[in-house]
Amino acid sequence: MRRTATVAVVALAALGLAGCGSDDAGSGGSTSPSGSASASSDVTGQITVLAAASLTESFTTLGKQFEAAHPGVKVTLSFGASSALATQVTSGAPADVFASASTKNMDTVVAAGAATDPKTFAENVMEIAVPPSNPGKVTGVDDLARADVKTALCQEQVPCGATAAKVFENAELTVEPVTLEPDVKSVLSKVTLGEVDAGVVYVTDVKAAGADVEGIEIPTDVNASTSYPIAALSESENAATAAAFVDYVLSADGAKVLAAAGFRQP
Amino acid sequence: MSGTPPGRRGSGAPRPVTLGARERRRRAVTGGGSRTAPAPLLVPALVAVAFLVVPLVGLVVRAPWTDAWDILHGSQAATALRLSLWTSTLATAIALVVGVPLAWVLARTDLPGLRVLRALVTLPLVLPPVVGGVALLLAFGRNGFLGRYLDQWFGITIPFSSTAVVMAETFVAMPFLVVTVEGALRAANRGYEDAAATLGAGRMTVFRRVTLPMVTPSLAAGAVLCWARALGEFGATITFAGSFPGRTQTMPIAVYYALETDPDAAVLLSLVLLLVSVAILVALRDRWLRGSTV
Repeated sequence: MRRTATVAVVALAALGLAGCGSDDAGSGGSTSPSGSASASSDVTGQITVLAAASLTESFTTLGKQFEAAHPGVKVTLSFGASSALATQVTSGAPADVFASASTKNMDTVVAAGAATDPKTFAENVMEIAVPPSNPGKVTGVDDLARADVKTALCQEQVPCGATAAKVFENAELTVEPVTLEPDVKSVLSKVTLGEVDAGVVYVTDVKAAGADVEGIEIPTDVNASTSYPIAALSESENAATAAAFVDYVLSADGAKVLAAAGFRQP
Repeated sequence: MSGTPPGRRGSGAPRPVTLGARERRRRAVTGGGSRTAPAPLLVPALVAVAFLVVPLVGLVVRAPWTDAWDILHGSQAATALRLSLWTSTLATAIALVVGVPLAWVLARTDLPGLRVLRALVTLPLVLPPVVGGVALLLAFGRNGFLGRYLDQWFGITIPFSSTAVVMAETFVAMPFLVVTVEGALRAANRGYEDAAATLGAGRMTVFRRVTLPMVTPSLAAGAVLCWARALGEFGATITFAGSFPGRTQTMPIAVYYALETDPDAAVLLSLVLLLVSVAILVALRDRWLRGSTV
């Protein structure tokens, strides 16, 4: 009994020490921030990329391609609402790159001193997603204002919610949603499950969902777009690799993946 | 282990010592052990206390006390709190009506498959709440295997309604009541029930007049525990009921969203929930703070 306890305490202490050690090594090794892709010898190790939920498919592909191009690099991706990710970054979550679905959330991070010089790498517009059977008989954006159509939207502070609000403003519609979801993929899942008649998501989400949903285009005169900025984070312990990943997303290879997913070039 | 003197209680020999009420209670709680604790136990215990208390201190220290009222008034706190209070109370009421009989069945009958049944009904206790929410959606959603008939036959759709909130909370919280009451029923002396039955009382009369009064303290504790769990429900609720202010956005969901837009409001909303929790603990002090076992 006592021996077990002693072993556990020693193990915990060792863990603690190891943690401190790696922290020191990390901050010591990150003294060359602007090395970028040219200094490919520095591009190694692990990076964590926080990306908007709408980037799930494209960034998963980009992460794999980046790993293939740089053997020894491991890209860990975490997707969520840009607003939630921005909160994580400003409260000190350990991460190396932030890709937001709106400039607003990136501005929050920059204002907090957690990132500098964000670059816009893509733009996205909204589309209505309905279940394949279209139970609400939705044919256009006007139908979302009907009382009998159950609509799911994102929370206002999430980029997809803010952009959808702009669409309704342009179309001079008042839409009463049944639920305000935490991110765009939650809206999409409520549509694919058939629990709502319609959800306002990005064109890229409709494309990614394939046959699970049907897309109904929003006319360009009322549609709204959002810009996607990306930046390496100041607190990154692997700045060279973080900068290289940002460059990769902004490169021609990155643009190809994003275009295939349905994003527009800025 | 060593360090504790041999038990003084129940050692047989009567002691010519009269203990004060306070000392008697202390011995009842600690089992008559020594007042001092050995360092290998005391130090980890203090670490545990610090770990549990420090975050709460953080909440209190960080709170924007000066404009607390304005922030709470401006946010949707009141709406969310009202929704949370009535849904968790209703969830507890439902849990009492069906959960207590279930606890009785689990404790007092020997139906075949009772062990499987007990495992099934206590599953939500250990199941991640989000999984519960998904399960509810797949059963009672508009395309769920039961929900589709509710929709087709009666035009009732449950998700995204306050009903869905109550269902999610009941699903997650009822096992707390069932487990507490079942434990009490098992520990209760069945001699009284047998005596009442021998004297001619029917089974329902025994249940009402003998069994229930015997387990009333546990019933109350289980109900409060169930209510507190329902009040704090997040995962199953946001998955099954979604989030809309006034209809399905409960306090925990409001806190979660407020953290992104208005951290000060999130801190204050959390404090409100903390106060409610403290109130629960005070209400249950006889049970938990004095270490009784039933």
